[in-house]
Amino acid sequence: MTAMAGLKDLFTRNLRQSGIFVAFVAIVGLFTILTDGVLLSPGNVTNIVLQYSYILILAIGMVIVIIGGHIDLSVGSVVALTGAVSAVVVIQNNGPWWLGVLAGLGVGFLVGIWQGFWVAYVGIPSFIVTLAGMLLFRGMTLQVLGNISLSPFPAEYQRIAGGFLNGFLGGEGIDVFTLVIGAIAVLGYAVSQYRTRLGRLKYQQVVESMPIFITKIVLVGLVGMAFTYQLARSRGLPIVLIILGVLVIAYTIVTTKTVFGRHVYAIGGNLSAAQLSGVKVKRVNFWIFVNMGMLAAVAGVVYSSRSNSAQPAAGNMFELDAIAACFIGGASTTGGVGRVTGAMVGGLIMAVMSNGMQLMGIDQSVQQMVKGLVLLLAVAFDIYNKRRAGAAR
Amino acid sequence: MANPILEMQAITKTFPGVKALQDVSMSVERGEIHAICGENGAGKSTLMKVLSGVYPHGTYEGSILFEGDEVQFGSINDSEAKGIVIIHQELALVPFLSIAENIFLGNERSHRGLIDWNLANSEAAALLARVGLNELPVTPVGQLGVGKQQLVEIAKALSKQVKLLILDEPTAALNDNDSEHLLGLLRQLKEQGITSIMISHKLNEIAEIADTTTIIRDGRTVETLDMVADEVTQERIIRGMVGRDLGHRFPPHESHIGDEVLRIEDWTVHHPTDPERVVVEGANLTVRAGEIVGLAGLMGAGRTELAMSVFGRSYGSRITGKVFLHGQEIRVASVSEAISHGIAYATEDRKKYGLNLIEDIKSNISAASLSKVSTSGFVNSNEEIKVAEGFRQSMNIKAPTVLALTGKLSGGNQQKVVLSKWLFTDPQVLILDEPTRGIDVGAKYEIYTLINKLAEEGKAVLVISSELPELLGICNRIYTLAAGRITGVMPREQATQENLMELMTKERDQVR
Repeated sequence: MTAMAGLKDLFTRNLRQSGIFVAFVAIVGLFTILTDGVLLSPGNVTNIVLQYSYILILAIGMVIVIIGGHIDLSVGSVVALTGAVSAVVVIQNNGPWWLGVLAGLGVGFLVGIWQGFWVAYVGIPSFIVTLAGMLLFRGMTLQVLGNISLSPFPAEYQRIAGGFLNGFLGGEGIDVFTLVIGAIAVLGYAVSQYRTRLGRLKYQQVVESMPIFITKIVLVGLVGMAFTYQLARSRGLPIVLIILGVLVIAYTIVTTKTVFGRHVYAIGGNLSAAQLSGVKVKRVNFWIFVNMGMLAAVAGVVYSSRSNSAQPAAGNMFELDAIAACFIGGASTTGGVGRVTGAMVGGLIMAVMSNGMQLMGIDQSVQQMVKGLVLLLAVAFDIYNKRRAGAAR
Repeated sequence: MANPILEMQAITKTFPGVKALQDVSMSVERGEIHAICGENGAGKSTLMKVLSGVYPHGTYEGSILFEGDEVQFGSINDSEAKGIVIIHQELALVPFLSIAENIFLGNERSHRGLIDWNLANSEAAALLARVGLNELPVTPVGQLGVGKQQLVEIAKALSKQVKLLILDEPTAALNDNDSEHLLGLLRQLKEQGITSIMISHKLNEIAEIADTTTIIRDGRTVETLDMVADEVTQERIIRGMVGRDLGHRFPPHESHIGDEVLRIEDWTVHHPTDPERVVVEGANLTVRAGEIVGLAGLMGAGRTELAMSVFGRSYGSRITGKVFLHGQEIRVASVSEAISHGIAYATEDRKKYGLNLIEDIKSNISAASLSKVSTSGFVNSNEEIKVAEGFRQSMNIKAPTVLALTGKLSGGNQQKVVLSKWLFTDPQVLILDEPTRGIDVGAKYEIYTLINKLAEEGKAVLVISSELPELLGICNRIYTLAAGRITGVMPREQATQENLMELMTKERDQVR
């Protein structure tokens, strides 16, 4: 197989998945031109990471919920509630910052148990359970906060979303530590890809030809290093990026490589078949929602840290951004299909568009309309692709 | 002769990469019942979709003459306007709407934009009388069984002034009584001058009812048989369909029957939502190693309910009774418990309950025993592919790789994936519910061969089937079930369709 044919095959084999990456690159390119390069400037790249990290964290949990054939409308309220509880512990009662974080995560855990119980064991559709949760937890937030905002958080707490790791290895204007971490990440990626390849070869499976494989690694490596370079030129490595990176890697493994992940896909793909294959459907559904509650709590802590306050209206409409990220990233509305990486790219598409339009000074009202249309077009593109694939068989 | 209502001439239909129909011609006489036979994938349904306008004019080559005039249908509405109505295998009725609402759906009896319910219901009642369905027009369709729903579909067709009725596998989901009624109805309609085209796999029905049979193989017309003038046997039709003489439809098999493996004692199951209703009552049943046991019963007799309730209580409520494996009583309160005890159950509806159609073959094969290819919760996908690849070869699943989507396989190959899934759990007892439903003759033979092989390996096999010849062809013993009770058991040597049918209808009136 020639390198060109291999490359073409790589793209066409999974047009939907590669399509989303192509769209992402196009959107980044478009806004880079429209903003005269400001979009990719060191300060702004850092900004995008800080500003949208909590949506991406929510999208990780949401994509699992959606693959399982459910939906979660309550995550915005859960973000507000966990931030509020954390603020009460840290600000009102002068607790240490880590106790606030633990309290927030604990609340997320309980929320997950509550919603998981109703969805999995009582059998109420998740739409209803989480719609109720949306109201319930928003009300609780108001109760906890007594209808007022709490601020400011102590400096340690603010560092969760606003802090950076830098300067450990010096560097003039460019943080060497950040570059080293970036290089380690790229190297780690290359090694894991290579090991996967060796594993597949051991089982006599088809793999991409060596030139394609190397091209792929080099491309990802270049993009990764360029991104790291911009961060290094700005303020260094954001702590929240480390949190996000760890979560993305962990949940990519959970969804693609674990029995639990496979059961989620099986339930979303055909509930009855999963049941009759011995999948413990109730238990899996329960943990899907517990997991979502926990991730919403992480997002809540990050958001309260970033905004340096707990507000009654925090997290409003976050659920919709997270859901949109999943669908733009290729998840199916009927369940059974979706990827964590897809949801991340979907979330980044939304992030880059919002950020780009903000830089251009486009009115909030127009931004909303554009985001709405992009969601619609992304799903329309998905359906068009599926039809084409269906006709080609 | 030579008064054709329909002539299809040199129809060629190409999908990207595949020629589904190649130069197919057929002619249907006015007022006859015309059967179309062919293996799955031969192009029968495609031909009917061309005829009914699902594939509009211009997407195929060739011409269609209806009542002597060339027709060019742009959609299904065009063909219905001419009086051609197609009833698909999967019925297209809305369960929550009444019979009358379904009959006039899209064709409402309205007056100045408002529906005239009295008119609609009285017309519906007349149509129901014509198809011999004794139900009120206001009854929701969801409350009817499949057989009655089929009749509603026909009533709907009649409401459209049908001249040519196309039925795709009309009796596939029906029991013998309902099938009989349906075939009788087709004869009646024929007397009223309505022409029917029937696609069917059930050769005995074709032999019984059809005037002419067109056989399609690999997208071409093979031959047209005059069923009335010539003595056409089922074997003759099969020969045309598969292009080879199957000799016998069932592979030869010599049984080596061992000790008892599965015993069910005094098994009683109540309806899941209506716990007062008894669905299975005091059933006793045994299956021995190497034995293929049949379970015969009319639709609603409780065959599937019995099997599913044993398989981890997947059906029913207030279940009582005992299950023994090798003489030891076992607990099967959940599906995973049943699987761990070595019981496997392949469902009757593989698309709805058996397979995840949007996933690849390997994920479906490993679905019931993921732990076998996993270490501490992590799936070894390479090992998984290796296992699945092994099954693809040994079961002869026709797919390029095990990464192909299950939804794109033919019925027979999908069934092989289901069987692979259960074989991978390494079962001692296999319960196969309608293992050959909707599968073509060639693939059926393969499935029978597989079942024989499993029995030879010493597994206990319980086969549930609506086709009595199938049970008579492969089973060592056959149980009969009527209205939730086991009414008899017969060794193959003594069983005939007649005496089985007698047992299957026994006590029915008493139990009701």
